Amino acid sequence: MRVTVIDYKAGNLTSVLKALRHLGAEVEVTDADLAPVESAERIVLPGVGHFAATNYLDSTGLTPAIRAAIARGVPFLGICVGMQWLYAGSTEAPNQSGLGHFPEQCARFSESHEKVPHVGWNSLEARPNSRLLAGVESGEFVYFTHSYKAPVTSDTAAITHYIEPFASAVERANVFGVQFHPEKSGATGLKILRNFLACEGEGTR
Amino acid sequence: MITKRIIACLDVHGGRVVKGVQFVDLIDAGDPATQAARHAREGADEIVLLDITATHEGRATLLDTVRRTARELFVPFCVGGGIRTASDAAQVFEAGADKVSVNSAALADPTLIDAIGRSFGAQAVVVAIDARRDPEAADPVRDAQVFVQGGRKPAGRRVVEWAREAEQRGAGEILLTSMDSDGTRAGFDCELTAAVSEAVRIPVIASGGAGTVVHFTDVFARGRADAALAASIFHFGVSSARSLKEELAQAGVSVRLPC
Repeated sequence: MRVTVIDYKAGNLTSVLKALRHLGAEVEVTDADLAPVESAERIVLPGVGHFAATNYLDSTGLTPAIRAAIARGVPFLGICVGMQWLYAGSTEAPNQSGLGHFPEQCARFSESHEKVPHVGWNSLEARPNSRLLAGVESGEFVYFTHSYKAPVTSDTAAITHYIEPFASAVERANVFGVQFHPEKSGATGLKILRNFLACEGEGTR
Repeated sequence: MITKRIIACLDVHGGRVVKGVQFVDLIDAGDPATQAARHAREGADEIVLLDITATHEGRATLLDTVRRTARELFVPFCVGGGIRTASDAAQVFEAGADKVSVNSAALADPTLIDAIGRSFGAQAVVVAIDARRDPEAADPVRDAQVFVQGGRKPAGRRVVEWAREAEQRGAGEILLTSMDSDGTRAGFDCELTAAVSEAVRIPVIASGGAGTVVHFTDVFARGRADAALAASIFHFGVSSARSLKEELAQAGVSVRLPC
C-alpha cells in the first residue's frame, strides 16, 4: 500500500505519517515536487490551521497535479483543512479558492452560547453505503478540532452535531474527506484509515 | 454530541513517570510510553505529559521520551515543560506531540503563544495557568493570582485577564490548575474554573483536586469545564478512565463510551 502525503507546510504531519505507517503503508512525503503526485497510488492531504495555507498548493502547481490524479481515479483523502479544500472555498479565507470538487462553501460555526473551536470527541452518523466508513457504527466517536465546517449535502458521508449538523465526512467515488482527525481517533480512526488504504483506484496496482 | 474529555496526566522526571505531593517525595510510577499506552487503552481521551523538572540538559531525554510515547499512541497527545521558544515547540511536535503546553515562558514573553500558533495552528497551543485564589483581591476568584516556576513565584497577573490575553494571542485551549486544590483530592476549584471558562470561548481543562467521581461531575456542571485532568487517581491502578467515564455516564455526563 503506497500512499503519497502532501506537505503544504500547514502544521505537523508526524501523527498522520505515524498512523499510516502503523497500518503498514509505504509513505512518501512530497512538498513542491509534482512527480510523486503524478505517479501516486493514493494521496492524503492532511492539514491543520488556516485555510489560507492551501495557497501553497496553487503556488507550487500541486493543485492541477492533484486534480489530474483525482481524474485518473486515484483515491484521495483530505483531513481537516484538507477536506475543506475539496470544496469551492471557505469564509475563513474568502480570497483563496479550494479545489471545487464539491461546489459548496465552508463556513464558520454560527454564533451561539457554545464554544468555538469545536474541540473534543464527538459522534458520527455514517451513511450506510460509505466505503470510507465501512464498519463504523453510528455513534462511534472521533476527535475534532476546528472552527469552520462543510455543509450537509448529498455527498455527505457522515453527519456530526455541534451547534448545527455539519458534514464530518464527505465521499464521492474516489474522493474522500474527513473533518475529524482519524490519526488521533483511536481504534475508530485507524479503521477509517485502513478503509482508505484498502480503496482501489485506477492508480493502484 | 460533544463529550467531556477525561485527560490522563503523566508527570515525568528524568524520563520516568513520577508521583509526589507538591513535587516532593517523588515515587517512580513507571515508563511514560507504557503508562500512556495503558491510559489510552483504558479509555483516556487524551494524554498530557508534563516534564516537571525540565532543564536544558534534560531536553534530549524529553524528546526521546516524547518520541517513544507517541509511537503507538493514537489519541491526542500534549507535551509541556520547559518549552521556551517556538523552536523548542517545533522539536516537540517533530517528536510526535499534537499540542504543546506553555506556562512560565508564555508569561515571560506572551508573543510565544502567537509564534507557536502561527506555525502550528491554534489547536496545537495549550496555555497552562497555575492559579491561587487571592483573598485580598476585590474578587478572590476572578482575580486569582497566576504563579510561575512550578507555583513558587507570583507572575503579577490575574487569572481571568491572562486567560483572555492567551485566547486573543491564539491559544487553542487553557489548562487551568488550581494550586489551592492541587494534591488535596478534595475536588476541583469549580468557581475558579467557571470564572475562566465563562471568560473565554476556547475550551478549558480543569486540573487540581480530583479525588472522586463527584468531583468530575461538579467541575463539568458547576465549573463549566470542557475537560478534566487527572493524574494521581489513575496511578497504581486505582481507577481507570473507563470506569470513571462509566460512572460519569450514569450521572448523566456525556462521555466517549465505549472507549
